[in-house]
Amino acid sequence: MSVRDDFTARIPGGDAGLIVLVLLATYLAYVLAGLVLGYTLRGQLNSIATLTFYIGVFAMLSLALNLHWGYTGLFNIGIVGFMAVGVYVTAIVTKPTYVAGGAAQVGGLGLPLWVGILAGMLAAALLGLVVALPALRLRADYLAIVTIAMSEIVRFSFLSGELQQFQLFGNRVGFGGGSGLILDFAPPLEALLRGVGLWNGYLGFVDAFQVLVPRNPKPVVDGLVYGLLLLGFVAAFYWLLKRTGESPFGRVLKAIREDEDVANALGKNTDRFKIKSFMLGCALMGLAGILWLVPQGAVTPNFFRPRVTFFVWIALIIGGAGSNTGSVLGGAVFAAVLYQGPRYFQNLVSAVFPNLDSPSGFGQAISPLISQFDPVPFLLYTVDSIRQLQLVVMGLVLIWLMHNRPEGMLGYRKETASVIPLSRPKSMAADGGSDDSVRTDGGVDSPAQGGETDE
Amino acid sequence: MSDAADQPVEDVANKVDEGALGAFASGVETSVDYPLQVEGLEKSFGGITAVDGASFEVEAGSLTGLIGPNGAGKSTTFNLITGMLKPDAGTVTFNGEDITGEEPHEIANRGMVRTFQIARELSEMTVLENMMLAPKHQRGETLWRSVMPGVRDDVREQEEELLERVWEVLDFFDIAHIAEEYAGNLSGGQRKLLEMARALLTDPDMLLLDEPFAGVNPTLEKKLLEHVHELREQGYTFLLVEHDMDLIMNNCEHVIVLHQGSVLTEGTPDEIRSNEEVIEAYLGGNV
Repeated sequence: MSVRDDFTARIPGGDAGLIVLVLLATYLAYVLAGLVLGYTLRGQLNSIATLTFYIGVFAMLSLALNLHWGYTGLFNIGIVGFMAVGVYVTAIVTKPTYVAGGAAQVGGLGLPLWVGILAGMLAAALLGLVVALPALRLRADYLAIVTIAMSEIVRFSFLSGELQQFQLFGNRVGFGGGSGLILDFAPPLEALLRGVGLWNGYLGFVDAFQVLVPRNPKPVVDGLVYGLLLLGFVAAFYWLLKRTGESPFGRVLKAIREDEDVANALGKNTDRFKIKSFMLGCALMGLAGILWLVPQGAVTPNFFRPRVTFFVWIALIIGGAGSNTGSVLGGAVFAAVLYQGPRYFQNLVSAVFPNLDSPSGFGQAISPLISQFDPVPFLLYTVDSIRQLQLVVMGLVLIWLMHNRPEGMLGYRKETASVIPLSRPKSMAADGGSDDSVRTDGGVDSPAQGGETDE
Repeated sequence: MSDAADQPVEDVANKVDEGALGAFASGVETSVDYPLQVEGLEKSFGGITAVDGASFEVEAGSLTGLIGPNGAGKSTTFNLITGMLKPDAGTVTFNGEDITGEEPHEIANRGMVRTFQIARELSEMTVLENMMLAPKHQRGETLWRSVMPGVRDDVREQEEELLERVWEVLDFFDIAHIAEEYAGNLSGGQRKLLEMARALLTDPDMLLLDEPFAGVNPTLEKKLLEHVHELREQGYTFLLVEHDMDLIMNNCEHVIVLHQGSVLTEGTPDEIRSNEEVIEAYLGGNV
């Protein structure tokens, strides 16, 4: 057992403790960065809220992808398509009905948001079924091709002028084409609080918050509370997927990932298991998309480019495919370091060295390096363009991970797929074979050792 | 299904007439139970005919060997019987029901389960997880039952029952000491044991073993054979594909010889041993 294994095992609260610890460390780093940057309290709270938001959405998406890839071995690279369908269906169901002369070009069905969210998840799951039915009959790689093509088809459908507006149940609805949709209904937080009758109490709380943030505290509080709500959803995803994985159902999924023919030969209807797993994951991706985009107030099809899919993949790979705890950590680390990090890094550099004048173009950056071997302008230029280089940084991290730690942060840790611990029941007397004899038995190597040798 | 049951018996009689196995005829009685009946099985890949009208039966509670030179179509026949491949023609009947063209999982659920030539352990699952996977009709294989609070207690109860059985089978196969290991870390022989143990946990009537002794050291081979014989005494039926002639001859009471995709001959080991066609087939001559 290595130090790291002991470390993760010793944290109070186990996996939940580990997640909380990583989140606290991340927040501490951000607060410290905020202090260096001279943020006001409002700025600090805003930056924490934004960070929590992205941690939440990437952790949810990463958990859903872990069900597909980590558990079932389904190579889904069309995540963003399922998110898009979730968001758009929610929008159409929830948007108020069309009134001529209003701000919105098209209306919706005017149903409550929770109906919209359920419809959105259902639509994402059904799209998953449609995609899965032909693709699951083929071998793994074909699912990848079909899913990424599907996500682009979805995006282009929402972009198309044909579907910009149409009639549904006598209402003028539509996807709005390239200009997108205005989500002119109460955002999730307000809808939830109104639904449980806490809206007025919440507004009172916001007023009380003026002690800390004197002017217009509502957006700050909204952001923070919504971040908390998202973390609640992460916990719910985690609970659901942990139970799914640690069950006979999850056992079959794992067997499919390892060798589908074997699972089939043992009497498991693998197609059905794959479809169920795929649809559940797609519904969760739809929900994550809804929670990400509905509070933004508007949505355009071009948000749903394949790069978002690959962000989620990077998050899962960082955390470690196969581990739910790892998925959450991967989502958090991705959001904090790779997604939000570069911007903070750039701000930090310019706050610490306020008088740097970085070159304005690539030519000016590179010519001193070549003519005078002076790397400083080039470095300054790189730091200045770090946000544009974000994707390059992600690519480098991915390559490094694949070479040095393909199992991610927690991928080495396998979560046993059963409802109960599988040790010998107490009612049965143990025979001669004890754990100590394992080492003397030819061909057996402790898995923990096997996982650590590459360090 | 009386007509379906009569047909194969008649067919055996025909084969006996054609072949040189007069002695076998006395063994054919209508009262003998044949859980597996294969009739005129055909399969070709592109221009190559792998199985060309193979017909045979396997007697209940027997240890039947299926032998043949390389390329005789043994593995393809296995795949056709267990649904991994769909036959071009012919029928497979199991326990009196036509199972031709059914999916592998349907056939496994009927009580006929196979092992693979190259042991296919589920490497990143522990031996225990491998074993717990196998039992049929697990309540927790339904998603909502596994997730819903309350209902999950029901699943937990069944898991506890299954776990006891799993440990019993682990003890039977002497692999309890590696129960917590990842299957990928096992030695070749241990994988073979795991595979047989796992197949047994599906509670089958009949086990189809595809070269279970290939690459297994003599000590383990003896152990595996003891297990097979012990299980056979408990009433399991075995169909065994094997390369090793001696092994088949010493352990099976009935041997089917495949050659070029069809049954060349069948009978007791002694009959097969003295059959010149078989010798010729193995030596590569044309029949």
